Amino acid sequence: MVLIGVAIVIIGFIVRLNPLLVVTVAGLVTGLVAQQSLFDIIEQFGKAFTTNRYMAIFIATLPVIGLLERYGLREQAESVVAKIKAATAGRIINVYFFIREVAAVFGLTSIGGHAQMVRPLVAPMAEGAAEAKYGKDLPDDVRQNIRAHSAAADNIGVFFGEDVFIAIGAILLMKGFFDQNNIPSDPLQMAMWAIPTAIAALIVHSIRLNMLDRSLDRRFGNKQNKSAGKGE
Amino acid sequence: MFLSIEAVYIFLGIITLLGSLYTFRDQKNPRRVTSGLFYFLYGISLLLGSVIPPFVMGLLVIVMVIIVGAGGLKVGSYGEASGEERQQNRKRLGNWLFLPALLIPVITILGTTGMKDVKIGELFILDQKNITLVSLALATLISLIVGVVMTKSRPMTPIKESRRLLEAIGWAAVLPQMLATLGTIFTSAGVGKVVSDLVSTIIPTHSLFWVVFAYCVGMALFTMIMGNAFAAFPVMTAGIAVPLLIGQFGVDANHLAAIGMFAGYCGTLMTPMAANFNIVPAALLDLKDKNHVIRVQVPTALILLCFNIALLYFISL
Repeated sequence: MVLIGVAIVIIGFIVRLNPLLVVTVAGLVTGLVAQQSLFDIIEQFGKAFTTNRYMAIFIATLPVIGLLERYGLREQAESVVAKIKAATAGRIINVYFFIREVAAVFGLTSIGGHAQMVRPLVAPMAEGAAEAKYGKDLPDDVRQNIRAHSAAADNIGVFFGEDVFIAIGAILLMKGFFDQNNIPSDPLQMAMWAIPTAIAALIVHSIRLNMLDRSLDRRFGNKQNKSAGKGE
Repeated sequence: MFLSIEAVYIFLGIITLLGSLYTFRDQKNPRRVTSGLFYFLYGISLLLGSVIPPFVMGLLVIVMVIIVGAGGLKVGSYGEASGEERQQNRKRLGNWLFLPALLIPVITILGTTGMKDVKIGELFILDQKNITLVSLALATLISLIVGVVMTKSRPMTPIKESRRLLEAIGWAAVLPQMLATLGTIFTSAGVGKVVSDLVSTIIPTHSLFWVVFAYCVGMALFTMIMGNAFAAFPVMTAGIAVPLLIGQFGVDANHLAAIGMFAGYCGTLMTPMAANFNIVPAALLDLKDKNHVIRVQVPTALILLCFNIALLYFISL
């Protein structure tokens, strides 16, 4: 019966109701079905909302990023990249992806982020590279896809890098769980066994970003090479 | 300590509250009062979260959800700089524009690594438990000051600009916190146990491969439901991994933890429930399809999920 909340969430997302509303209703219903009082449920809402305020940390970056955008940060990022001949959308994102994952391996998870790196720098750079290569009139769906790839690289890079670092929250959580259940475990071993998947993620996603470039080439033709060919 | 996480929340609250004052007066916003109220309440919840009693906070949150549900949250106008203005400013500042942007990660890293355990007298300078968050907030504040000085802009300009960005994100800004709330309620209502019971009744327990498969896929699926692999790990590991993988097949706990958690992360990449990773960025990047980031991530996530299953199976043989 308590699975009704899960069902509400799934159905809500499928029929595309507002997720905020769906999630709230699912929470209320799940609580009621589990025979908690309305007062308790609302109290839980308040308590959890307060303890999870750290998720709003991205707001801290908005004033400075917004200010810099007003002064042309995104345009500057685009124009810097446009001068680099070898730059392509896929390669730019790949470089960022690589830095993001390797930094996370050393515990430097705060080096990236959607609000402070992807929106103002990575996405405009990747778009700028594509513009320089295929012309200013990129169709909107291409721009959207490049931006989505920029965000995805940030996530995948940090997720599969961070668990290689011993002091990261995930490792501490797992260690805590095994300690509670009297099962011997070793954080160093856990971090070590995260390495194969971390490498696999690096390879798999780099190949996919390479494929992004090739699909753009196929769609728009390799203009740069064409014009270079004329000069010869 | 000198800088606690509460101080960071006050910083966030002030940014949001000041922004909401502009929203109340935004004549171009067809629902300026309710929109303003939404951001005002959000600001209050950040600013006074530790003071307001949980029940009152719960009501406040529900009012915010009702505003969104009733279509009371709309965007307005933000007096954005025109393309020409931006080009002119850009010529003046050029690559210096990157300086404050890059100061954010640099100072954050200096803070997290360099200020760890640093005290003045008996007091830590930065909140040790939340050192990354506090460092990040401090970094944004410093780079904001550098940015304001560099651009010679008015002090209220960053507030107006942050309002523009925050309102572009809109209700999605609150979604991660709401989802975490749902996770708490799921846990207290015992959803986790039901799911792991369900999974363990379906799988053939005599086969190592199928148990590994069930554990990894279960981690991914349950993470998709909860939006958080950390919530899925204790449930699935207690339900499947401890009795079957460790108890019956003698699999190394370190192996299954490392790989199982990654299987969960594959789930994180595929679910709108992980809103802070998947939905907020879509809003930040003005993507029309709010699931576009997820669509891009799914192939990588599925390939890596298969990799994790195979890896855990072969090293456990």
